[in-house]
Amino acid sequence: MAKEMTCVSCPLGCLLTVVFEDGKALSVTGNSCKRGIAYAETEMTNPTRMLTTTVKVRGGVLPVLPVKSDKPVPKSRMFECMRVINAVVLDAPVHIGDVVIKDILGTGIDVIATNDMTSV
Amino acid sequence: MVVIGGGPAGLAAALRARDCGVKRIVVLERADTLGGILEQCIHTGFGLHYFGEELSGPEYAHRFIELLQKTDITVMTDTMVIGIDKNRVVTAVSPEHGLMKIEAKAVVLAMGCRERPRGALAIAGSRPAGIMTAGTAQKYVNLDGYMPGKKVVILGSGDIGLIMARRMTLEGAEVKMVCELMPFSGGLTRNIVQCLDDFNIPLRLSCTVIKTHGRERLEGVTVANVNERFEVVPGTEEFVECDTLLLSVGLIPENELTKELGIALDSVTGGPIVDEMRQTEFEGVFACGNVLQVHDLVDYVTLEAQLAGEGAANYILGNNQAEKVYVRPECGLGVRYLVPQKINIKNHRDVKLYFRVNAIYKNARVVLEVDGTVISNKRKVKLAPGEMEDVLLKAEVLAAMREDSRVLVRVDV
Ligand SMILES: Cc1cc2nc3c(=O)[nH]c(=O)nc-3n(C[C@H](O)[C@H](O)[C@H](O)COP(=O)(O)OP(=O)(O)OC[C@H]3O[C@@H](n4cnc5c(N)ncnc54)[C@H](O)[C@@H]3O)c2cc1C
Ligand code: SF4
Repeated sequence: MAKEMTCVSCPLGCLLTVVFEDGKALSVTGNSCKRGIAYAETEMTNPTRMLTTTVKVRGGVLPVLPVKSDKPVPKSRMFECMRVINAVVLDAPVHIGDVVIKDILGTGIDVIATNDMTSV
Repeated sequence: MVVIGGGPAGLAAALRARDCGVKRIVVLERADTLGGILEQCIHTGFGLHYFGEELSGPEYAHRFIELLQKTDITVMTDTMVIGIDKNRVVTAVSPEHGLMKIEAKAVVLAMGCRERPRGALAIAGSRPAGIMTAGTAQKYVNLDGYMPGKKVVILGSGDIGLIMARRMTLEGAEVKMVCELMPFSGGLTRNIVQCLDDFNIPLRLSCTVIKTHGRERLEGVTVANVNERFEVVPGTEEFVECDTLLLSVGLIPENELTKELGIALDSVTGGPIVDEMRQTEFEGVFACGNVLQVHDLVDYVTLEAQLAGEGAANYILGNNQAEKVYVRPECGLGVRYLVPQKINIKNHRDVKLYFRVNAIYKNARVVLEVDGTVISNKRKVKLAPGEMEDVLLKAEVLAAMREDSRVLVRVDV
């Protein structure tokens, strides 16, 4: 069977055609780079997405700091991750790239700061 | 050299001009930080072309801010430019320095764009709280840590609206639907997939908001379908309960300063008319980034700004300023606009022509013609108005052109 899907790995958004059997990708076409193939393969088995959100900060110039997962998170666990992240309060200063939450929900994925936050 | 705006465009233009040998450069930014709109775009999707990595907005900006801090380029934040005169004297105000006048040899306009406000739309109803642009909501949530509502309807399927649909859903809001007046979305396909489809948020095409309800606070909206002439189809009106209406109905280049200088604007892009180095019709004044044309990818903003930075440097240093002979590329079938609008054929370098199409095309071809000869003919699986395209005009083709040569870009279906 064949299925069309949009690769979301980058803003180019290539339209992929995936030929599959038993939920496994056999061939992928329409991709402009290797990442498209990897995307189609995980999308057929365990879809994942980058998670970006904010974390509360005490004593910073702004009340929240942007963060991201350092690897894509399984789509099915997005909201669970959000609950964990929203329970955290950091103390300023924080530096871009600092690990904010290690191994969130035992996934092996870290949540890292994506901006600097200076203290007031 | 004076750079107006410290977003990705201004930063890249300043850095490139420095690399080209301009000694005194000042970047003026009205906000208290550099980075422009990227500071509030906390999602990832920036830099894949330029850095080969998928970065968030602040991370992308940070790379350039770091480079800038290693130079002696002067940065003045909290500084708003209020005018430029015919002698390229830039007037700016800041709480720290008061009113300033800076004499510039070259000016780079990098003011970005702003969102079309509600006033630009005809929606019936009073003006209760809870109606705002998607970008304003983005700032509230991502910088101020404040959620503007719990039940949300989004009007317009531009990227900011799509990104905010996901963002507010993740923070616990219920996003009821995204209504789009056109029969297609203006946003990137990837954003429809990962911001709407992932969360089962319906995208209603050919649909709009015709009325808002509520006096103090928004209580709901009436949505309805429209026909090909954008007239409401009677009987399709539907009440949708919500406390927040986000508008994502387009961006307008911020060209007040440009207009003041009497610089001609392109009626389609809303930005100034420029040549291949992004020089406007006012000598010594260059433009790049969203002030020139609304970009969906910051990577292209950076590339465009580097051209402008190099152009401004050449102008200041007197390089390549010999006789200029311009041809004006033409928009053929399916092409809404082209940037740059004019090309100096004496400047022998590869020129990328950026454009947008006027509708969705599948399995189409992008054709570049010079004097009736097809120079390139590229197959595209999909072309959409929401995604900027480009074709390359090679230096050797340019070198063979005459002043009456005709350059045409069209879509073949
Ligand atoms: C919500 C949203 C999502 C996006 N998503 C993506 C994405 O996923 N991937 C991607 O690659 N791109 C994305 N983009 C596009 C990209 O971020 C923009 O195209 C880019 O930031 C434009 O850069 P700029 O420097 O032209 O404008 P801006 O970033 O807007 O910077 C302009 C700067 O000029 C300053 N300024 C304006 N007027 C004056 C004045 N008179 N005096 C002094 N300073 C002034 C402003 O304060 C601002 O800092 C997105 C854009 C938005 C809005
Ligand atoms: S296949 Fe490669 S180029 Fe195409 S969208 Fe995916 S990551 Fe981007």
